[in-house]
Amino acid sequence: MTVEPAPGVPLAFDPDSLAIAMIGVHKWYGAFHVLRNINLDVRRGERIVICGPSGSGKSTLIRCINRLEEHQQGSIVVDGVELTADLKRIDTVRRDVGMVFQQFNLFPHLTILENCTLAPIWVKKMPKREAEELAMRLLTRVKIPEQAGKYPGQLSGGQQQRVAIARALCMNPKIMLFDEPTSALDPEMVKEVLDTMTGLAQDGMTMIVVTHEMGFAREIADRVVFMDNGEIVEINAPKEFFENPQHERTKLFLSQILH
Amino acid sequence: MSPGPAQALAEGFPDLSGLAVARRMRWGRWTAALLIVLALLALARAFANGQIEWSYVGRFLTVPAILDGIINTVVMAVAAMALGIVLGVVVAIMRLSPNPVLRAVAGGYTWLFRGTPVILQLLLWFNLALVFPVIGVPGLWSGRAVDLMTPFLSALLGLGINQGAYTSEVMRAGMLSVDVGQYEAAQAIGMSHLRALRRIILPQAMRVVIPPLGNEFISMVKMTSLASVIQYPEVLHSAENIYYANSRVIELLIVAGIWYLAVVSALTPLQMLLERRFARGLTGNSG
Ligand SMILES: Nc1ncnc2c1ncn2[C@@H]1O[C@H](COP(=O)(O)OP(=O)(O)OP(=O)(O)O)[C@@H](O)[C@H]1O
Ligand SMILES: [Mg+2]
Repeated sequence: MTVEPAPGVPLAFDPDSLAIAMIGVHKWYGAFHVLRNINLDVRRGERIVICGPSGSGKSTLIRCINRLEEHQQGSIVVDGVELTADLKRIDTVRRDVGMVFQQFNLFPHLTILENCTLAPIWVKKMPKREAEELAMRLLTRVKIPEQAGKYPGQLSGGQQQRVAIARALCMNPKIMLFDEPTSALDPEMVKEVLDTMTGLAQDGMTMIVVTHEMGFAREIADRVVFMDNGEIVEINAPKEFFENPQHERTKLFLSQILH
Repeated sequence: MSPGPAQALAEGFPDLSGLAVARRMRWGRWTAALLIVLALLALARAFANGQIEWSYVGRFLTVPAILDGIINTVVMAVAAMALGIVLGVVVAIMRLSPNPVLRAVAGGYTWLFRGTPVILQLLLWFNLALVFPVIGVPGLWSGRAVDLMTPFLSALLGLGINQGAYTSEVMRAGMLSVDVGQYEAAQAIGMSHLRALRRIILPQAMRVVIPPLGNEFISMVKMTSLASVIQYPEVLHSAENIYYANSRVIELLIVAGIWYLAVVSALTPLQMLLERRFARGLTGNSG
């Protein structure tokens, strides 16, 4: 796959190996400094897990990557395209980046199939038939093709979240962002969603996952990022991160979350 | 089964559960019902003995002039409401846009048209020729305002544009009622602002706005009667024309009243159909 550098963007890194580069990123909500000097490079195919206490800025960080939030300082380059106010670039980045939300955010007035075909049809201008075939393939991949004709409200939470994953995959993204995808689920449904994500990881998808599922982090992550108070406190391989945390704050957090 | 609080309280007291509860006579209710029936009877008697020729009401209910009138009323109500909804959606989108110029224009429109009486707006449109004798697009097309501003067009513009100002507020409330996560999900899959509004936000807002819009439409049916002042031949105008000739004022007003009631009554089942259509997927397991 070749990567076209966006016009006027100097490539400060090797575009073939980096999926995301965040350099000195700051963000404020009014006077509140929510992201402080974030530096994070994500290689292609890499799986990153982000954890940290509530309010530490995890959601804000990943929402900056597909520009659901705007950063005020520093630069974010996604798949060779630097994010600016330019709508074309935002569009390009959003086509490459899929996102899964804690609350699923499926479109309740559309069937499961329509949820999945919406973006291919209207954004990629794919013929309806082709989009439906694609959607059915991906619904099969997340193991719920038989629900295609139902509405989201008729599905369990775990099924809805798997539809949300299929909906994102229908745009054939290069990067997938997950914001606490299992936090709103009943415990017995967590596994089916984590299994789907594990499958994605094994297929080589670049993934950034905000989660407190430490078992998943240990098993799947290449690196674990710990955030606190708007800063990245520590980045490490999962084994190191859990067995030999470097910072006091990380130790405190882990002692609270791992019993 | 655990004992309920009532049972727990009853411990040590004689068991009363087998006894029937004596029904207290509800004297207040009976008296009220009686008074209302008496009042209705008195009213009916008054109308029966009053100066009303009921045979005229029956005869004029279906004369061609009245039937044309009610058709014109319905046509105007539908057309003006349609214009109002289109304007309302556009203005609501403008009011919620991040662009301050669009927001200001939309706010000004709502302020202007909600702040002046409809009848005044109707008269202004109808008399537009006094201000602009010739209207048109310079170099392309133009016409004399007197010929252009027919009663139909004046009424349509007057009622529709006024309606748009109210509908925009209803639509705005409806759009704000849709969870912001819906818009974010649409953005995340790459949809543009307008497409997300069209495909995701508006369809979900419709479910919320149909009951208030039904209300507005009922008002509109009755508001068309104001267009009689600018010679639009709706049903009240037809009734007036007839009673100017035969002096059966009350009879013809009753005829018009019956027709308004009939049209408004027909709207309720229509609204229920629409509500069901837009509730797809959003209520329980009905699908
Ligand atoms: N739109 C906003 N306006 C103002 N403050 C905000 C806004 N969104 C988030 N914040 C604040 O920014 C901080 C970081 O929020 P964020 O949602 O990124 O945290 P998080 O790490 O994802 O927390 P959680 O684990 O609870 O999801 C919080 O203190 C939050 O209150
Ligand atoms: Mg969060």
